[in-house]
Amino acid sequence: MNLKSLLSGLAVASVMATGAMAEATKAGFIYVGPVGDFGWSYEHNQGRLAVEEALGDKVETTFVESVPEGADAERVMTQMALGGADIIFTTSFGYMDPTINVAKKFPNVKFEHATGYKRADNVSTYGARFYEGRAVIGHIAGKMTETNKIGYIASFPIPEVIRGINSAYLHAKKVNPDVEMKIVWVFTWFDPAKEADAAQALIDQGVDVLMQHTDSTAPMGKAEEAGILAFGQASDMTAFGPNAHLTSIIDDWGPYYVQRVKAVMDGTWSSTDTWDGIAPGMVAFADMSDKIPADVQAEAMQMIEDIKSGAYHPFTGPINKQDGSVYLADGEVGSDFDGDNALVGMSFYVEGIEGDIPN
Amino acid sequence: MDLSNINPALLVAALMVASVPILLAAIGEMVVEKAGVLNLGVEGMMIMGAVCGFAVALTTGSPVIGFVGAAVGGMVLSLVFALLTQVFLTNQVATGLALTLFGLGLSALIGQGYQGLKPPPTVKLDLGPLGDIPFLGQAIFNHDWIVYFSLAITVAVWAFLKFSRAGLVLRAVGENHDAAHALGYKVALIRTAAIAFGGACAGMGGAYISLVRVPQWVDGMTAGAGWIALAIVVFGSWRPGYVLLGAYLFGGVTVLQLNLQVAGLAIPVEYLSMSPYVITIAVLVAISATRRGTSLAAPGSLGRIFHASR
Repeated sequence: MNLKSLLSGLAVASVMATGAMAEATKAGFIYVGPVGDFGWSYEHNQGRLAVEEALGDKVETTFVESVPEGADAERVMTQMALGGADIIFTTSFGYMDPTINVAKKFPNVKFEHATGYKRADNVSTYGARFYEGRAVIGHIAGKMTETNKIGYIASFPIPEVIRGINSAYLHAKKVNPDVEMKIVWVFTWFDPAKEADAAQALIDQGVDVLMQHTDSTAPMGKAEEAGILAFGQASDMTAFGPNAHLTSIIDDWGPYYVQRVKAVMDGTWSSTDTWDGIAPGMVAFADMSDKIPADVQAEAMQMIEDIKSGAYHPFTGPINKQDGSVYLADGEVGSDFDGDNALVGMSFYVEGIEGDIPN
Repeated sequence: MDLSNINPALLVAALMVASVPILLAAIGEMVVEKAGVLNLGVEGMMIMGAVCGFAVALTTGSPVIGFVGAAVGGMVLSLVFALLTQVFLTNQVATGLALTLFGLGLSALIGQGYQGLKPPPTVKLDLGPLGDIPFLGQAIFNHDWIVYFSLAITVAVWAFLKFSRAGLVLRAVGENHDAAHALGYKVALIRTAAIAFGGACAGMGGAYISLVRVPQWVDGMTAGAGWIALAIVVFGSWRPGYVLLGAYLFGGVTVLQLNLQVAGLAIPVEYLSMSPYVITIAVLVAISATRRGTSLAAPGSLGRIFHASR
């Protein structure tokens, strides 16, 4: 794996070197999984392709896939920067510190780090409010489950993932007070065999609706095999479970990537923090399955509309934390950045979820 | 916590399935090491098997032919290793590591057109009345053929090494290749055959992941299973029984820890996640240590280069 990313890194560097004569703006992308994961990295790559399509000859894009989070990432970024990249998108939470480190060494290169919170003069952050999507699928899951057990395959205990679990649980619970959330932490973004095993364990213990916050389509495949229902993650996963698939939360990075690369071309780029949700289209949904009854579909659509218009916020009080203390008072709305309970740093389960969050 | 949700029969069934790739790869590698060759390319051969098996199964529509294709794919890659180490006498450790990296890259290239497709399903065997036995029927007699094949090949390897003349020759080559050569045995040829067998086994192990366990093709999907197999061979002190135990223990604890998480056991998840590695190594070391020292179990010529001129 190391050699593979090294070689592809070298390839990137040489491609960029040979293209140095052209006037095109160079945009580099670093992915945590393979572009063929049909999940997270796949959608970032779709975003890259959208940049190529929108800006044509004026832009040159390159990418390196399956880059481990850590020292390797720093090396790949450095090579991209040395190769003449004007803007580099680092598309996983674990690239946060490497991005900041490399950005210090290359003040003229713009960096865009996905889902992180550390910024610098030449480092922007961007993320999507997936919890808005999770609220909608949580609602559907609460309505669809017959065993009252919803399975959740979680990757790493970071705020992004915890927000998703809380949001899904709150909205499932709202429509189905008996619902239980069974959570399995797999400590990987992408390991199809492990994700499949986790799905199997959940299914064996009576879960009949499955959600995942990992990147492969393996859980969807297992759900199909076991004849239960499941939600796709990041991409439309209908093809992997035609009968199991209810809907997928789709990440649409294209418009943002086009806008940012354009800003570099125009010289208007500045360090920003973007956190967009359903309203600007960064979080979207795959077509809803016919398995979802019409009234539930209508409720889900209504919720999407309300979130879009701002009439409804998925974290609206009263909500208690797992230990019973108050998180949000009646009518209070979760704040993005302010206070200990800010959404960006969410590190607690809400009341009703069993188990502890790993450190 | 609600442990009553864990169905022991389903747990055993999941354990057997989860162990197959590691067991196949480990038993193959054990034969290779018994012949005195250390092939660290197991991961590379597994991933090649995974992609070749997937491609062949998809093209022919038959998962069985897919597994044959996987065996061939793993074998072809292992023969590259055999050519380098047995003919050109390269360093086995370095060549093995290179083989893994090469296999990962090549499989990604071959797999380009196969992402996002579904292989033909491998059906569970209908064992008739056996499947109706309470508990055992659900736990043990409700699997696809490759699960039983992996067990059969373990027994076959054990019998081959212990009782057959050819097995004795293979072990002789691994223990002392100079002596075996002096007796007139073709060391390089025997080792090449062992390497090819190891490659075929690893390939089928990989194909089990892409054709049955996941079942899809994705880059790098073996995700380190080959290294686990290598470790199990060493900690199982090159005995088929211990290798089987190690593979089932690893698969079993992996499945068990996921189930315990689902059931909400009050053990921190970090400990549960590391438990398969810790428990497997601890148990295998413990049982190996009660017998003669582990070092005695290692084939005498393991990893050493052989040339007939000496």
